[in-house]
Amino acid sequence: MTPPRSSNDPGTVLDAKALARTLRRMADEIVELNEGTDDLVIVGIQRRGVQIAERLVRLIAEREKVQVPQGALDITLYRDDLQTVGPRPVVGPTNIPVDIAGKHIVIVDDVLYTGRTVRAALDELADFGRPKRIGLAVVVDRGGRELPIAPDVVGKTVEVARGQRVDLFIEELDGRDEVVLATVEGAK
Amino acid sequence: MTSNAAASALGKDLLGLEHLSREQIQLILDTAEPFKEISERAIKKVPTLRGATIVNLFFEASTRTRISFEFAEKRLSADTVNVAASGSSVSKGETLVDTARNLEAMRIDMVVIRHGASGAAHFLAERIESNVINAGDGTHEHPTQGLLDLLTLRDHFKRLDGIKVCIVGDVLHSRVARSNVFGLRKMGAQVGVCGPRSLLPNAVDEWGVEVFDRIEEAIEWADALNILRLQLERMQLGYIPSLREYNRVFGVTRERLDRAKRDILILHPGPMNRGVEIDSDVADGPFSVILDQVTNGVAVRMAVLYLLSGGKPELAERAKGGGA
Repeated sequence: MTPPRSSNDPGTVLDAKALARTLRRMADEIVELNEGTDDLVIVGIQRRGVQIAERLVRLIAEREKVQVPQGALDITLYRDDLQTVGPRPVVGPTNIPVDIAGKHIVIVDDVLYTGRTVRAALDELADFGRPKRIGLAVVVDRGGRELPIAPDVVGKTVEVARGQRVDLFIEELDGRDEVVLATVEGAK
Repeated sequence: MTSNAAASALGKDLLGLEHLSREQIQLILDTAEPFKEISERAIKKVPTLRGATIVNLFFEASTRTRISFEFAEKRLSADTVNVAASGSSVSKGETLVDTARNLEAMRIDMVVIRHGASGAAHFLAERIESNVINAGDGTHEHPTQGLLDLLTLRDHFKRLDGIKVCIVGDVLHSRVARSNVFGLRKMGAQVGVCGPRSLLPNAVDEWGVEVFDRIEEAIEWADALNILRLQLERMQLGYIPSLREYNRVFGVTRERLDRAKRDILILHPGPMNRGVEIDSDVADGPFSVILDQVTNGVAVRMAVLYLLSGGKPELAERAKGGGA
């Protein structure tokens, strides 16, 4: 049993085991949403969305015995704040290995916040073709949307107070699996 | 100088590789990697430089460099204008600065300049607010060519540190050679030059490079040859006795390469004089990466345009609080 605490105390939101359970459920929900694995393509957003997408593809393969095509999207060049941020953000690799025309795409990201990253991802995907449908799966929905964007599959909804931030750490990049609620340095 | 300078890890302009740090060169090469993929897409365009206006100011004839810059600009969604020296007010005697200031008065963001005088890009950069990119100035530098050569070498060898690259031909008049020497040495490569003494600079001994008088020795030593175009007018000016003789002594031929124990990568900045500095079966051979250089040129120029296009801090202030 986890000790009781108010929903926005800083600390662990999901530990490694809880994250693994969450991802298993998300994998099932993605297959359910798609009514199977036909035409399904999983696209992770750089950076941590890519590793989450990889894990979801592996989990779907375990359950469904089907290897679903997987892509990676770096949305930096499609950001709506490039005229204001500096120095230039680092651009990561984009790799869409299949023709996405007519496919059912599920965009995967770690944390959903303003929705601006997803907006950029939608624009970028449109440059690769015209999918039949695009869905959105996120590990954490922390609220605070600035655009009319909603997820289809959510790992966990987290209440985040002013001056707080949700960080997702993943084994492949960070050496551990954990989702934490952190206090932003220098926040009022 | 301007708000752009603070916002860009490269500063306001790209004038040459001589004054860039190893980290800055690394940044450009690493940034070029993801840009390669954009040119492979069905829709070869990203919205990154939407609304930016770029002037390609070419005082010297150029086909491939200008087209390469133009592709790079268009694939980043910038608006571009080409100004060639002939048929513009330049031919009516307008000075370089007046031309640029007039363009700037039309609210442009960047100037790509090719000019016959060494230092022209630098001169311009000090006098206008727009970002300036040197696309070749006299016999000084051609930084984006140097960068695309570095990228092509790195693609093949998976590193630059410790590789041996020999620049062959008219090193004296070559801005490509100078940019290569600066860039390669900064990235830890060993550099050689090979050519007739009349076409090597007097100060070549101070460059920190190996000097080869015979092409056979250069081939023996090198992992890669960067073969420069022999400007045909050099013969009239008395630097070399004849093209045939140049080919006989310094031409890179299949036969000469076959004598080396290992495969040697072949680069050439183009346009080639087949049968003069390079034989056709070398240019079209299995170790030629000449067309990869052209492909990489677009990616490198996209990376430079992206890195120089600075954010505006005053707009950032207003946008504060809006995360990704």
